[in-house]
Amino acid sequence: MTEYEHYEAVVVGAGPGGATAAATLAEQGVETLVLERGVDAGSKNVSGGLLYAEESAPYTIDNVFPGIREAATERPVDDHYIHNISGNKVKTFDLGELHHHDTEWCDAVLRRKMDSWLAQRVHEKTRETGGGLLTEVRVNGLLREGGQIVGVTLDELDPITADIIIAADGVNSELARDAGLMDWDEPEEWFQGVKAVVEMDPETINDRFDISDDEGDAHLFSGDLFDGVRGGGFLYTNESSLSIGTVFHLDSIADERAEPHELLDNLLTHPLMDQWFEGEYEEREYSAKLVPDSKKVAHPSPHRGRLLLVGDAAGQMQAQGPVIKGMNHAVTAGGLAAEAFAEAKARGNPDAAGNLYEQKLDAEGVMEKLRPPRYRATRALSESDAVSNIGSKLLDSPVGGVGLKLFGSVVEKAYNSPYLLGMIPDTRLTYVDVPTRIGEVLGSEVVDENEIEPPELDDRIGDLTYNVDDPHIEVLDNSFEASGTAVTACPVSAQGFGGGCYREETIKTNGSEKKKVSLDTQPCVECGTCAVVADTHWEHPSGGKGVEFKQG
Amino acid sequence: MHMVTLTKGVPDFREGKVSFDEDGHLERGKTPTVMNPNDKIALKAALQTKVRQGGTVSLMSMGPPGYKEVLQEGMEDVYADDLYLLSDREMGAADTWATAMTIATGIDQLEEEPDLIFAGFKTADGETGHTGPQTNWCIDINEDLTDRPIITHVISLEIDDEEETVRAKRLVEGDISEIETVEADLPAFIVTDPEFEPSYRKADHRLKYKDLREETQERAENLDLDEDVTVWNHEDLNLDPDFIGLDGSPTIVSGVDPIPKGPSEREATMIDPDDEAGMESVFEELNQYAAGD
Ligand SMILES: Cc1cc2nc3c(=O)[nH]c(=O)nc-3n(C[C@H](O)[C@H](O)[C@H](O)COP(=O)(O)OP(=O)(O)OC[C@H]3O[C@@H](n4cnc5c(N)ncnc54)[C@H](O)[C@@H]3O)c2cc1C
Ligand code: SF4
Repeated sequence: MTEYEHYEAVVVGAGPGGATAAATLAEQGVETLVLERGVDAGSKNVSGGLLYAEESAPYTIDNVFPGIREAATERPVDDHYIHNISGNKVKTFDLGELHHHDTEWCDAVLRRKMDSWLAQRVHEKTRETGGGLLTEVRVNGLLREGGQIVGVTLDELDPITADIIIAADGVNSELARDAGLMDWDEPEEWFQGVKAVVEMDPETINDRFDISDDEGDAHLFSGDLFDGVRGGGFLYTNESSLSIGTVFHLDSIADERAEPHELLDNLLTHPLMDQWFEGEYEEREYSAKLVPDSKKVAHPSPHRGRLLLVGDAAGQMQAQGPVIKGMNHAVTAGGLAAEAFAEAKARGNPDAAGNLYEQKLDAEGVMEKLRPPRYRATRALSESDAVSNIGSKLLDSPVGGVGLKLFGSVVEKAYNSPYLLGMIPDTRLTYVDVPTRIGEVLGSEVVDENEIEPPELDDRIGDLTYNVDDPHIEVLDNSFEASGTAVTACPVSAQGFGGGCYREETIKTNGSEKKKVSLDTQPCVECGTCAVVADTHWEHPSGGKGVEFKQG
Repeated sequence: MHMVTLTKGVPDFREGKVSFDEDGHLERGKTPTVMNPNDKIALKAALQTKVRQGGTVSLMSMGPPGYKEVLQEGMEDVYADDLYLLSDREMGAADTWATAMTIATGIDQLEEEPDLIFAGFKTADGETGHTGPQTNWCIDINEDLTDRPIITHVISLEIDDEEETVRAKRLVEGDISEIETVEADLPAFIVTDPEFEPSYRKADHRLKYKDLREETQERAENLDLDEDVTVWNHEDLNLDPDFIGLDGSPTIVSGVDPIPKGPSEREATMIDPDDEAGMESVFEELNQYAAGD
């Protein structure tokens, strides 16, 4: 038998999930090796940016990493609003109640800064156990012996065995897929997030948002500004920048053949934004990533043998109505997975870690947040088109308008109810029609003119840093029917744009014309979209290769 | 494992750094000195061995006091433990032979005889590629030092601690380039090829590498070139001035011919882009070609 390098625990991925798992394991004296594919932790990661510490959570990031808020987060966010938009009319609701529900604190974050800081702490802690954290190393699969998972295989290193493998490798987890625990087939199960980090000096932020240095704002946007695509926009204040982005249901992006960068531009150029831009706009970074929808994909039993999935890899990303909570759940899951292994090991039965982890996810109420039973009950009913149609009709009718007027404050309350939000179905009605109608009926006209011009897609790509390697994605079926959706859905491609990843080509043969797609992975931001909407063989690039986000 | 890596300063030949006078002669005073690029590759081999086998790396150079900075640069690259500079006037203007003689004596002066000596392929200024092999020859004829096999053109390296052997792949260039695997007993002398690639396929090696980098960064910040570089002159090394430096160099440089400029068959006419008539004539001139004639 081959002698492999062995560690007690291997953690794949140094996002919040992996970092927490590794630090917790190290604290229990477990020899822990952390493997991260980016040149630096955070260089591959994107989030909108609100990191929540929930009162009910067994692990919060500042418990595991004291000092993080001073050293590595942006502004604490206390005020949260949602803007319901219909044309130029906007009705703003205060989401404060929802924001503060179960919230100990909430900070805006930029992932490069935060994850890189976390990784430093994790390396110090794990090094003491004989392990440590390595960057620029990509795990490419599971090592099996006699059908059992015993370790990982890697691009840059020889295979490594471990008593426990924690896959915290994020959305599009190659390990979860290899283990057969997750697939990348259904666009309905994902959101696509696209984001711009916009330069703004601290004084200007304070001034335009009417806040002080240690205060921050969160604004959400929904209504008719996104061409009917289901989802919404966000804006969070950082120390010296704004994070502005969009999160849409991937199936809706695909069906509407929407161009994600244009939807982002719709938000950026809406008159409502002028109060903050005042005609100035400088984009630091454009980025994108898929986001799992826990209601549909949070795995009820996220383990197989020695492999435990945490965070996005296990689909543990909660969209609580318009509020997106992924990082906090990754932290909790990472802590619970580590704790489960330490306990199982202490009982002399490390193989029981998986079951113990599953029990803990249930006992701590994590699963209930991720997959609210209420949603399961209402989903079948309300996601059917008939119900939605009736709902839309009712809403559009004069009666509906009067209802909204009368019950405006009730609607605001409903937006703030975690209970109700847990059962909201994913329909056009809830994402587009209701907010639009609210804006229309209750809103007031925005008179400002927003004249900023967001960068063109090729400039956005041009401003990113890449370390180009061999293609990491292969199109298996290049017919337009199988893979054409990627031309529009890929956030760095667009119809008629030659500089992106996916292109549409017309091939003429014997008088007939065929539409095909071609792929150039050079400008790829590794968002994962085409793994789901096109017929591809999709892998992450090797360690240190591909795109490098500086903000995240 | 105790290792010595040999290195030398050379003029920085990179565009924007190097300076030539009107006759095309190098202006040493105006051109910064940097580590010979091929030596950096030797350093990678030493570092790989240090990371994988453990042990210490000493860096040694012969040259003027200014080379201390080259040693410092090397230390930061290879995370070297000690730095040695063999330096005084008597050693100046040495050819490869006198240099080899001096360095072999420097190695003899070390407290412990190294298991491995690394040198880079030829220098950027001398281009001879002699110093490594000649140094090994001088080690052979030195009665206090153990004879050691030399492996040149090394592109990869594995050490077997137990067997006390080194196994290397070497690039043998001929009509067709071949890769040859050779094995030798330690101690040995290694000359790296520019194609040398270090390999760290174990997590443990990469973690140690990271440790070393951190340790060295700390040491580099506190490095005091006067204190931390051991300087030996010819007396310290007990070397007869007649056998080193210019006097000990059998090579005689009779003269230097600048490389002649390639003959130009065409005459250039300068045209100011603001001169309209001039630019017009350019377009007229080009026009005939645009037509494809
Ligand atoms: C636009 C957008 C907005 C969002 N907004 C919010 C928000 O406001 N609040 C919130 O809480 N969440 C938000 N999220 C979701 C949040 O970002 C994720 O849920 C969270 O990052 C998940 O953390 P994780 O540790 O599971 O995975 P990640 O943070 O994705 O970390 C995975 C790590 O694994 C590494 N990796 C992957 N594959 C390999 C491999 N094969 N080998 C080695 N390393 C590998 C990656 O490089 C990465 O560092 C948002 C997401 C997006 C895209
Ligand atoms: S090529 Fe695929 S993974 Fe890359 S950015 Fe486009 S959709 Fe995302």
